[in-house]
This record gives sequence, structure tokens and C-alpha cells, in this order.
Amino acid sequence: MANTANSGQKGGGEETSRRDFLYLATGAMGAVGVGAVAWPFIDQMNPSAAVLALATTEVDLSPIEAGMGITAMWRSKPVFVRKRTQEEIEQARAVELDALPDPQPDEARVEQPEWLIVVGICTHLGCIPLGNKPSEPRGDYGGWFCPCHGSHYDPSGRIRRGPAPANLPVPTYSFVDDTTVQLG
Amino acid sequence: MASDYKTPYSGVLGWLDDRLPVINFADQHLRFYPTPKNLTYAWNFGSLAGIALVIMIVTGIVLAMHYTPHEAHAFGSVEKIMRDVNYGWLLRYLHMNGASFFFIVVYIHIFRGLYYGSYKEPREVLWGLGVIILLLMMGTAFMGYTLPWGQMSFWGATVITNLFSAIPVVGEEITRWLWGGFAVGNPTLQRFFALHYLLPFVIAAVVVLHLVALHRYGSNNPLGINPKGKQDQIPFHPYYTIKDLFGLGVFLIALSVFVFFAPNYMGHADNYIPADPLVTPPHIVPEWYFLPFYAILRAIPDKLLGVVAMFGSIAVLFVLPWLDRSPVRSGKFRPIFKQFYWLLVADVILLGYVGAMPPEGIWIPLGRLATAYYFAYFLVILPLLGIFERPKPLPNSISEPVLKGGGQPAGATAKPMDKA
Repeated sequence: MANTANSGQKGGGEETSRRDFLYLATGAMGAVGVGAVAWPFIDQMNPSAAVLALATTEVDLSPIEAGMGITAMWRSKPVFVRKRTQEEIEQARAVELDALPDPQPDEARVEQPEWLIVVGICTHLGCIPLGNKPSEPRGDYGGWFCPCHGSHYDPSGRIRRGPAPANLPVPTYSFVDDTTVQLG
Repeated sequence: MASDYKTPYSGVLGWLDDRLPVINFADQHLRFYPTPKNLTYAWNFGSLAGIALVIMIVTGIVLAMHYTPHEAHAFGSVEKIMRDVNYGWLLRYLHMNGASFFFIVVYIHIFRGLYYGSYKEPREVLWGLGVIILLLMMGTAFMGYTLPWGQMSFWGATVITNLFSAIPVVGEEITRWLWGGFAVGNPTLQRFFALHYLLPFVIAAVVVLHLVALHRYGSNNPLGINPKGKQDQIPFHPYYTIKDLFGLGVFLIALSVFVFFAPNYMGHADNYIPADPLVTPPHIVPEWYFLPFYAILRAIPDKLLGVVAMFGSIAVLFVLPWLDRSPVRSGKFRPIFKQFYWLLVADVILLGYVGAMPPEGIWIPLGRLATAYYFAYFLVILPLLGIFERPKPLPNSISEPVLKGGGQPAGATAKPMDKA
């Protein structure tokens, strides 16, 4: 590498020469160039700004009776909105945190204890758990049951048994008034 | 190399071959190509797989002329192919069942290689290229299954893309990148269509490499010993072209039985319901050819480890040539190996069955047991057998056992010479 006529240039030492520098600089520029050209080809697959635009959805809560739930669509995802009974709230709060795979107190997952709002996508592999309609099984813990691989969620949307690693996530939301909630 | 090439042909053929020596190349590799003379029908499945790839590409290209990759039109365009397009039903059923038959043929091809030690030195790279082809096939088949945009398409795509969310830290980011949104949707469908069209040609390119590697040392054979010379080999044409053609006939009969009499037998009725992002079908199962891997995924109660085990079940095939330390290739001469091998065949079938069953009751421990054996076979049993098993004595040559059995003079053992 350094054995050409250019070796022994000023300040070069025996290991480095102007040619080595040129090799490295050219290589580095080439790598930067390839990276710069590759990025548009990779980034085109990411969600576009139109998809990313933070959409908000308002949900009317007035028709929901205690013990029932509805499914709303928010950012192309289903969101479970369930009005919990007093019994369900107590059941969710009585659980020892040590007994949970993903420990989180029920208080941290709700704004108003009777309204549980969670993203209805199983944290295992993305199926929609059953249990939001009265006709569907709610699993062994009275919340939701994912039929794909058998994950059981409790009335706080927390994973209790099965392969799912995490609780159903709580989306950003706020109560507009007593009967309306805004998602997002 | 180029200038001193002398074409063996004369006339017009010689003129052309002198300028484009591909004719000579094809003759050397498809016609005169010396092949072990003892290949059984187990060796038919390589060429069958190649033909299956051609069937898939041809039917796929014409289907693409009528298909619309859009969430609002995909399902309808497939129904249009079934009802309106001339012979559309035939083309689609050939493509659907062709995929299943492609996998059947390839799985038999792989298990043939496992039994006769076709992965062993000097064919490690040949084997590795085959595993790459298998991975590409799985990716292609998965994306193709998404295209009709039925319920199984949509939820299968959701479950499989979510596998990547198991990757620590960047998993969520990767799945969003794969989807092009917050869930499987139109951007996902369009990119899957583009890739489903591309990947078969990538497969074809790797198949060429697979053949280059194959022809470097030639086919393995049921005895697993190297041909000792011309007396152990026959030219590929006409001996194996005719044998492969017969196998092709049997293959096409079997394919036709499904295409014409049970075209949806290997599919799921749920996929004739248009995709609904709000309703997960009660029982999601992948296509049958993914079931053993799906069973391995579900056997492990941890999300990340389940995904690792599923990909590991194929990755282990890459290192198989270095796990099996026995110098004897063919299972014929390995009495203990043979038993474990057939147990592995039964194990993979059991895994496939467990994969189709709901994840409850007896199926959970059974799936775990079968998964444990699958990995034990490659990671424990094969390395140990290489040390402890005493193989039976190998014949001196490919010709020897045949000549003995045929009542030839006893002296014909070591050096058979009078056969061409």
C-alpha cells in the first residue's frame, strides 16, 4: 500500500501516506453516498406523513351500560372502551402486583375507574382478543381472551396468562364531557 | 480461456456454438453429464421442484395480468379471476395448489438429503443454498397468501409481521416499517405484491447457483459413496431425463387430482370472507406447509424465545453439515441413525398436526415434546452418533452390490470394469 513513490511524504511516517488517505477518504465518501442513496429506498416503506398525522376520534359513551363495551377505531386500530361494574373494578384492584407478568396497578391504567380504554390488539402477535361483545368468551380472568394463541387478560386489560408479554396498551385520551371521550 | 475454445460441433451449430458456447455447455450438463447409476426415485424431487417453480412463475405472471393490489379491489379482482376471466379458475387453482405441491416436493427433497447425508462434505454449500431457497420460498408463499385479501390473508399477515415485534428495542419500529402504517393495510398489500412478483426470480437465480454447486461434485447416491469411475456412472440423457419425465407424469396426475377435484382442500374457507380489520377469525392457522414451524413458535411460552426457536428450526439446517460428524453419508449403513431419522420424520408430521390444533389441553405438552426432539436430533443426537455409532461396512463401489446380487462371478467385487 505505502510502497509507491508517494511514501515518505512530509509527516507521512512509514505507515501512512497521501495515497492511504485518498483511499480512505474515497471509501468513506463512497459509503456515505451509498447510504444516502439507500435511505430513500428504505424510508419509502415507512408510514407516510398522511398516515402519521395524529388523528383523533371522539367516542360517544352514553349508550354503554355497565359491564358492556364497544370497539372504536382509532389510527386504524381497534380500541376497547368498556364500562366496568363495581365488582370488576374491585376485582382488578384486589390483584397482587407480584402475580402479574407485567405489573401495573389498575389505578395507573384508567382516568375514571369505571371506564377502561385500551388498544384492542393482543400484545403477542396482533390478533384482536375476544370478550368485548356479550356473546364472546372473556377468558379465565373476566377480561379478554385471545383465540389465536390463548392469552388471557383481566378486567384491567392486563396480561394474566398465555404467551403475550405485555398488558393491552392504554392510548392517549381525555374526557371531553361526561359522555364523550376523545382518543388521541 | 476464451480464445482457445474449440467447438466440437460443425456446420451452423458449430458456427453458433463458436460464438455462443452455451450449446456445448448445455450438452455437457444436461446430456452427457455423468450421473451415479444407482439413483432411485428419491432423486426425482430436485427436478420436480424446478418444474414446480416454472409452473408457479408461468401461472403467477398471467394471474398478475388480472389482479389488482389494492385493499378495496384485491378480493374482488380474485373473484373476477375465478368467475369472469377465461380459464381464470384453472390458473388460480393451479397457482394455489401448485404452491402446496412445490412445498411437498421440496420437503421430500430435503428429507431425502437428510437420510442419505447429501449435506455432508463436499456438498455443504450446495445444501446451504438449498436452505436459502427454502427461506425464499417461505417468504414468497407467505406474501402470496396475503394477496387475495381474505380474512386468513389479513390475519395471517398480521400474526407473521408481528413476529418481528418480538425483537428487543427496535421491534415496534420494524413492524411499522414493514406495514407502512399502524396495522396491516393497503401499503402492506402493495409492497407484498411487488415482492411476491420479485422473489421467484431471486429463487430461480439461487437455483442456478444450487445447480452449479451440484455439478461441481455431482449427485450423491443411495450408497453415499463416490463413483469410482465410468463403470459407476451413466449419462444424464436419456437415462435420467426419462426417469424424471416419468416422475413428472405422476406429479402432474397428483396435482390434477387436487386442481380438478379438491381445489380448496388445502385452503381455508375463512379466506373467502373479505378481510375485516375488526374481526379476528376464531381459529387462525397458517397454510399446512408452515404448520410444523407454527407449532414450534407456539410451543414456547415466551414471545421472543418462541420466535427465536421458530427461525432457529431452519437456521439449524445451515450448520447441519458440521453437526453430523459421522463420515458415512448414507443412512443405509447407519443402523442407529436410521431409527432416529424415522423418528424425526414422525416428529415433524406430529408438529404439523399440533400446529393445526388449538393451543390447549394435550396439544401444549405434545408440541413441547415434539419441539424438544426436533432440536435434540440436530444438536445432540447427530453429534453424539458421529462418535458412538459403529456404521456397517461400506461397499467398495457402486457397482459391487449390484454385481454380487446379480450372480456375477465372485471375483467381480473390487474392480468392475466391463460396464460402460
